[in-house]
Amino acid sequence: MEILVCVKRVPDTSENEIQVNSSGTDIERDDLVYSVNEWDNYAVEEAIQIRDRVGGSVTVMTVGDDESEEVLRREMAMGADNGILLSDDAFENADGRAVASILKAAIDKGKYDLILTGAQADDGAGQVGGMLAAMLDVPYASLVNIIETIDDQKIKVGREIAGGNQEMNEMNLPCVLSIQTGINEPRYVGIRGIRKVASVEIPTMGAGDLGLDADAVAPKVKRLDYFVPDMGEGAEMLEGSTEEIIEKLMELLKAKGGIKS
Amino acid sequence: MSRQVFAYIIHKDGKADDTAMEFAVAARKLDANAEVTAVVAGTGAALDAVANEVAALYKTVWKIDNAALEYPVADMVRKALVGILPKDAVVLVPHEHFGLDMAPGLSIQLDSPYIADVVDFESLDGGTLNAVRQEYSGMVSTHVACDIEGGAVITVRPGAFQADENAAAGGTVADKSGDVGDLTVGRRYLETVVAEVGDVDITKSEILVSVGRGIEDEDNLEIVHDLAKAMGADVSCSRPIVDAKWLEKSRQVGTSGQTVSPKVYLACGISGSFQHMGGIKGAPFIVAVNKNAKAPIFQVADIGIVADILEFLPELTEAVEEA
Amino acid sequence: MEPALIPPAEAAVLGIPTIIFSVLIPVAGVALFAYIMAKRIAPLVFSNPDFRFDRIPERVAAVFKLWLAQWKQPRYRLAGVIHIMLFAGFIILSIRSSSLVVIGIYNDFVFPGLGGALGHVYNFFKDYAATLVLVAALMAAWRRGITKPKRYDVPEKYGKPHTGEALFVLAMISGLMITESLFEGTEAAAAVQKGLEPEFIAPLTLAWLFKATMTAMPEGGLQALHVIAYYIHDLIFFSFLCFLPLGKHFHVITSLFNVYFLKLDKGAVKPVKWGVDDEKLDELESFGVKTFEDFTWKHMLDFYSCADCGRCSDQCPANAVGRPLSPRFISIKARDYAFSHYPLKGRLKESEPLIGGIYEEDEIWSCTTCGACEEECPLMIEYIDKMVDLRRGMVDEGNVPQSLQKPLSALEKRGNPWGKMEKKRAEWATKDKEFKAECEVKVLEKGGDAETLFFVDSISSYDDRIIQITQSAARLLRTAGIDFGVLGKLEKDSGHEARRFGEEMLFQTLKEMNTEAILATGARRIVTADPHAYNALKKDYSGLPPVLHISELIAEAIQSGSIRLNGNGDPGKVYTYHDPCYLGRHNNMYDIPRDVLDAIPGIQRVEMEKSRDRSFCCGGGGLMLFYEPIEEQRMGQLRVEMAKAAGANVIVTACPFCMVNMEDAIKTSGLEGEMEAIDLVELIDRHQAA
Repeated sequence: MEILVCVKRVPDTSENEIQVNSSGTDIERDDLVYSVNEWDNYAVEEAIQIRDRVGGSVTVMTVGDDESEEVLRREMAMGADNGILLSDDAFENADGRAVASILKAAIDKGKYDLILTGAQADDGAGQVGGMLAAMLDVPYASLVNIIETIDDQKIKVGREIAGGNQEMNEMNLPCVLSIQTGINEPRYVGIRGIRKVASVEIPTMGAGDLGLDADAVAPKVKRLDYFVPDMGEGAEMLEGSTEEIIEKLMELLKAKGGIKS
Repeated sequence: MSRQVFAYIIHKDGKADDTAMEFAVAARKLDANAEVTAVVAGTGAALDAVANEVAALYKTVWKIDNAALEYPVADMVRKALVGILPKDAVVLVPHEHFGLDMAPGLSIQLDSPYIADVVDFESLDGGTLNAVRQEYSGMVSTHVACDIEGGAVITVRPGAFQADENAAAGGTVADKSGDVGDLTVGRRYLETVVAEVGDVDITKSEILVSVGRGIEDEDNLEIVHDLAKAMGADVSCSRPIVDAKWLEKSRQVGTSGQTVSPKVYLACGISGSFQHMGGIKGAPFIVAVNKNAKAPIFQVADIGIVADILEFLPELTEAVEEA
Repeated sequence: MEPALIPPAEAAVLGIPTIIFSVLIPVAGVALFAYIMAKRIAPLVFSNPDFRFDRIPERVAAVFKLWLAQWKQPRYRLAGVIHIMLFAGFIILSIRSSSLVVIGIYNDFVFPGLGGALGHVYNFFKDYAATLVLVAALMAAWRRGITKPKRYDVPEKYGKPHTGEALFVLAMISGLMITESLFEGTEAAAAVQKGLEPEFIAPLTLAWLFKATMTAMPEGGLQALHVIAYYIHDLIFFSFLCFLPLGKHFHVITSLFNVYFLKLDKGAVKPVKWGVDDEKLDELESFGVKTFEDFTWKHMLDFYSCADCGRCSDQCPANAVGRPLSPRFISIKARDYAFSHYPLKGRLKESEPLIGGIYEEDEIWSCTTCGACEEECPLMIEYIDKMVDLRRGMVDEGNVPQSLQKPLSALEKRGNPWGKMEKKRAEWATKDKEFKAECEVKVLEKGGDAETLFFVDSISSYDDRIIQITQSAARLLRTAGIDFGVLGKLEKDSGHEARRFGEEMLFQTLKEMNTEAILATGARRIVTADPHAYNALKKDYSGLPPVLHISELIAEAIQSGSIRLNGNGDPGKVYTYHDPCYLGRHNNMYDIPRDVLDAIPGIQRVEMEKSRDRSFCCGGGGLMLFYEPIEEQRMGQLRVEMAKAAGANVIVTACPFCMVNMEDAIKTSGLEGEMEAIDLVELIDRHQAA
């Protein structure tokens, strides 16, 4: 099976250190570290496992700048066979839809049976997979946490829905799936793994190669600013008698959706 | 002609989702002059019940009744919507597992911009919508602008808009079933595998009552379960509780346990080590109850209460049950 | 002197001269033994290199102490004494036994050097030795068969018990002693009968007993017994020799070599591959041990040498809390693998992966590298390097538990396992206003110099609780008048645990960055309060200025009077010192922290039963804090119980990880209020005289 995984380089948010810069135009990026989007990493692991079961190849693709090559290498160190970087100055402000358009143009240049994306990214909106499927006019399922290969025509897919339940679907190939974390246990890639693939050639395609004009990648949704939702410093301490405290707390819990039943 | 806003209403077991009420408010906030239509898809008596329920909230309800939609597979619903929605429709879809499945593709097929996971509408200036959404697990928010003159698909976070309990539209149901055409798609629903009872995935919980070593004894855990039950919450815990084998590992929050992102986190007798706090993402509303006024949890909590949880929690449970 | 009986070299049975047997038995025995040994050595040919041919005087000294003097045996009193009896007897009797083999051919053979008076002295002792060995063998058999100490048990998952093998060997040893004594006793008895002067036999020995009881026996009977005893001895002797390489008694042959080639640098970790420099690591195709053949020859020799005594596992904290690790079976399973894949008969078997084969992943991740097993092993078998090599293999395959992947990638990106921001590394010194007012700390991240570099390491920089220890350490350094500074954001995690968890390249990267930053300060020495950092800088790094643990500096300052302590004896407090593995066992620093502690006036201190080189690991540091082991109990809880049993109510330690684990254990054991944990540095800081 020829599998494509679309990945993305994102700021690592594992420590709550995301801050808005002083002008509010962006997050503070000086002290950020970047890595491959966690969901994408699960998608690549899944693709590798499927390939190892049924044969074929795994290609990883990303839309980004030169530094995005780093995440392609990491995924190739995991075991992906090929990497393709889609990079062009024109792509700089691409929104989700534009990214999907770029990916679509690149996908049209190859032939893939299964296309995986991460279900979401910390700095995204969980949209690229669904858009891509619609552009390619193939079936789509999001939040996938089970994939069972049936034959070269169809696969069985489990989606994670509310309450930890599984929605099982049968899907025709080719199709696009967006992968939820926990579908597998991604293997570890250390510095050594990356160095091993350091010299592998990664082809780059730009807007010209893909036949995309500026209009096709112009963002339709523009981010105006960043701001921090009110959080405050330290806890507001509730004082008084137990009855008073509970009364106030009940009010707050109701307002914040802390009481369901 | 005024703007046409469509609220797609999800439903289960013949009842509309809470977002039905929320979207009525959201649509007005988006554009007070818009013509708002609710859309429900499904089949049979259950769908009729939902349509009627929704008609109390919206002037117009479009009903799509099709045997194939008994289980509304997103690809199918999308196909149905594309068949009936006008090109310049502004469509609101709940940002949850169904919305994530259906909405992005819909925006492509309607050739409309897509705005995801909106928590508020700030303004509408001519055709330009200014909406608020969150990024980085809710650590920062952004304003986004988008021209919606030609339509838009917008997913709205459930719970972001306060429902108007007094809304009464007395609307009518229009049956659009005949316009949707063939709904054959490349994805077929097979079954839903229900999660095993007792096997709670706290990473997906919206409300967590989390217990730490302040609980002192295994037998005391009952008061935590009671409170969680009353609140409709799940029980999670800090490492010492798992170490003591009082709760299963899958309930442990922290760097060596689960990473959770609830809306509300009630930390009971948890001191708040950074190993524990490292497992809490997405800036939930944190309420900390701890008898030690200097517990670090109070640094990170929104609301702090200095009290012995063994005394405080049962009283809180009582209050929640009465409410 | 005329022999009283016809010797085996001249005897004949049914007209056949028995000398034929005297020749045939040794020839067949030696040939078979050589064949078996060749087969056993085969896997070593396929092994990885191991550089152990240096530092000969140290190695010879180790052989004298650990092998000849059986230094570690008495750590288990009764078993140790029995073993020393057997070992000493074997050493003495080896001469007699070899001589006997030759005597079967040349009756007049005398072992070179034992012709004169020395021979008589030797004969005197060897009779006692034989008797002693017999007694020891019977005692050992009693233990194996009747009292059955728990540590000899073989849990079902690890295979069958080895009691049968042990008893069989004890029976052979007893047989050797009895036949040897009978051979001598019959001769002496016959001499007495014939009125010849018998060879002097030491009184109350087995041979003496035979002599005394057999003087009334007819000569024919004595003659028959004499010859039969000889050949039974000969047969057992060579059977025994050939049986040794088939099981746990291989150590009789390998122990001398295993001890000679011992690991001389405690606390250090072996290179990925001997002979490959750190800079050339990238060129290696594979890392670590994935198949049996990836082990070094010395590590294979270790497997052969394991006597299955169970002392390692008896001391192993992981084993004690029910983690799926028992070091003894790391050796036994590998030995059995070698035996089955390099069989005595037939073709070699195809190599199989070790993980998922004889070892489980969790088994290998369960080790805290505390070193209790190695400290105990009388044969100097190594475990930590094998664990590290096996982990290197797993890391190379991407086979790392999810719980460890996050801290490892945070180490790579941020230089600390929590992924905290680099710029916050010195915030313990700069953000706390109260502390800053009383103790200004030089942060050398933008240049500047200091005589002493205080290497803080990750947990002591970022953990809210441990920061208090770090601040105490800084205050003490200041009181002691030491000009010190910290690296701030230029400091990365020491990589101590990254290396021991098998992530060698990550360790190498951290090492390079730290080395560069440290050398740039021009500091003349390095001090750290974290034994893991101490061990890393001292053993894993090279080219750095001298590294000290802070307790050494405190001890000096107390001695010189620059730190003065007061105290009222802390009424009601009974202190006990918990030796951190990487300060004690790995670096032999047992007394300095105790001296520092005892310098507090009026302090009451007790020792736990398991202390010093038998200290019991707290649960492990560094990445072990992130790993989720399968265990029935936490090590820390057991340790806290030990402190309680010793009558202590304050556990003093000198390691941040011990502190985390002890404080957690006190809470989870419900001993809050009854028991507390404090770092040595904090304790001294609190007792500083104004």
